Amino acid sequence: MTTGTAGKIRAKARLGDRVFSGSTVVAGSLILVVLAAVAIFLAAQSIPAFLAPAGDLPNDAPNFWVYVWPLVFGTVWAAFLALLFALPISLGVALFISHYAPRRIAQGLGYIVDLLAAVPSVVFGLWGVTVLAPMLQPFYEWLNTNAGWFPLFGGDVSGTGRTILTVAIVLAVMVLPIMTAVCREIFLQTPKLHEEAALALGATRWEMIKMAVLPFARPGIISAAMLGLGRALGETLAVAMVLSPAVVVSFLLLTNQNSNTIAANIANQFPEAAGIGVNTLIASGLVLFVITFIVNAIARYAVNRRKAFSGAN
Amino acid sequence: MATVSAGPIANSLTTGKLPKGAVWMTLLGSWALLAVVFIFVQVAGGTETFNLIGAIFLGTVLFDILIYVMSYLVEGVRRATDRLMTSLVATAFIVALLPLISLLYTVILNGLPRMIEPSFFTQSMRNVLDDGGGALHAIIGTVEITAMAAIISVPIGLLTSIYLVEYGRGGLARTITFLVDVMTGIPSIVAGLFAFALFALLTGDPGYRSGFGGSVALSVLMIPVVVRSSEEMLKLVPNELREASYALGVPKWLTILKIVLPTSIAGITTGVTLAIARVIGETAPLLIISGLTTSVNYDLFSERMATLPVFAYTQYANQGVPAINFTDRAWASALTLILIVMLLNLIARLIARIFSPKLGR
Repeated sequence: MTTGTAGKIRAKARLGDRVFSGSTVVAGSLILVVLAAVAIFLAAQSIPAFLAPAGDLPNDAPNFWVYVWPLVFGTVWAAFLALLFALPISLGVALFISHYAPRRIAQGLGYIVDLLAAVPSVVFGLWGVTVLAPMLQPFYEWLNTNAGWFPLFGGDVSGTGRTILTVAIVLAVMVLPIMTAVCREIFLQTPKLHEEAALALGATRWEMIKMAVLPFARPGIISAAMLGLGRALGETLAVAMVLSPAVVVSFLLLTNQNSNTIAANIANQFPEAAGIGVNTLIASGLVLFVITFIVNAIARYAVNRRKAFSGAN
Repeated sequence: MATVSAGPIANSLTTGKLPKGAVWMTLLGSWALLAVVFIFVQVAGGTETFNLIGAIFLGTVLFDILIYVMSYLVEGVRRATDRLMTSLVATAFIVALLPLISLLYTVILNGLPRMIEPSFFTQSMRNVLDDGGGALHAIIGTVEITAMAAIISVPIGLLTSIYLVEYGRGGLARTITFLVDVMTGIPSIVAGLFAFALFALLTGDPGYRSGFGGSVALSVLMIPVVVRSSEEMLKLVPNELREASYALGVPKWLTILKIVLPTSIAGITTGVTLAIARVIGETAPLLIISGLTTSVNYDLFSERMATLPVFAYTQYANQGVPAINFTDRAWASALTLILIVMLLNLIARLIARIFSPKLGR
């Protein structure tokens, strides 16, 4: 456009522009700094635990990794069970709100499910330990007597119902709203033309959902599941209040000897911890941070990679 | 019951279909049948009380089987699958509602009598050993810590979202987007540990506790939420508005301040309110970094500070004698917390409804 001289017109650099864009860049970079600081400060405080001699660690663990292994197992096992319960239900609820419920009440139903997200975790803990656990205990006993041959239901049944299965159910209820919200948004974004095309070909409603909605929503469902998994992995108070923990690695669902989770262990031990105990707990927190970081990163990667093949375009 | 061959001439519009109302009749029938079964079980002494949940649950399962078989015989396999999935999806919704109903019922039943006693909002727990006392100190702590967290996170989150929407191109913006997503997933207890590690190193005090540390921990959780929601809202502002402003010679920063932000302010406020509602119920980080005290503490920067969620947790976890006083206070705090969170959610929705710009007219 310009003749001869510079190839590009440069906007006049104003002071206000510089200050404003500069401050937004600083704020954005601050997020990188915060995330880096989280990792660095946790690592710095964990070093004494990694180097600790055998006698100093809690639970008589010879080294930190022996100490943290049952906790890692409990964390992953509880979160996995929670996801197992929550995924089908949240898919069903999201489908119900997006495609089955009458249009007029669908949004109201969405608010009701969002209400679950508004309940603080400590309230879920109170409810889990005083209502849910006693309610499920007779059922556990029945399951243990009649289906004890199934490996997961074996062992000595808990008398209080404060087992890892109860924890998983509480966690499932807690991650349900976020998973439902994500799935619902994705289901609603299905191209109307795809749905109508399927219906016009004579598909029933379920066939339409199977052919048009679910393939379109698959990356979103994966993302929702991973988000739910991340929440379940990091949930603290509900687990700390409901679970009756022990230092074991056990797949059994109905006993009172359950692997504790990292987060619940920190919440239980931290107020009384001192010296190397604090460092050990912070180190286990670092392990939890790494696990959730990996899960979230995988979720984002899966979503971004599959976006191009989602069938929407 | 499912055939339509009664009349001399079969109606071609309704043959091959279940009659109207068959679904609901079957559902009620299965529930009634299972209720009868469970009444028999109760009379025979199998259970102490009538098992309503069992009756409804097993009745629904029976209904699912029945409707599939009936529909399969009359309407064929495709419609049968459709009916089965419809009932399963509806069942999933009911199942999701049950915990919510049970939870709200329990909290209101256990918490309300104690909460409406005036002492709950006017007294702290100072020198209270068994009966009496209140949550005044915890409410003050929650309000101060959350307000401070909002003061820290709203500017950072808002500026970051402006950067991402208006300025950010290339590597840095992509990295920030990715890390904000990852930050959304930081477990709350890790945020608490981070704040503790930070302040313990800075002050050299291995037993450091303060309300401000709690605010920092909550900010770590709150910033990504604010960024995400504000970003969505800024993206909704039509480009035509920006271009009109540029065409009039308005600099970019003034365009953002005078055009983009006012247009999206309702959505941003809603997002911030929801973010506050999310962090106000966080227990784990405050348990670690702010600790607990029985007295009112107004100073964010020194000494322990009680908060409602931590108060509820410790009242339940460290029960004294008689236990009922402590659990009552725990339930009352839980109810107060739920009410605060719901109030915030309601305010957010109202703001969104009242102040959102009227577009498309």
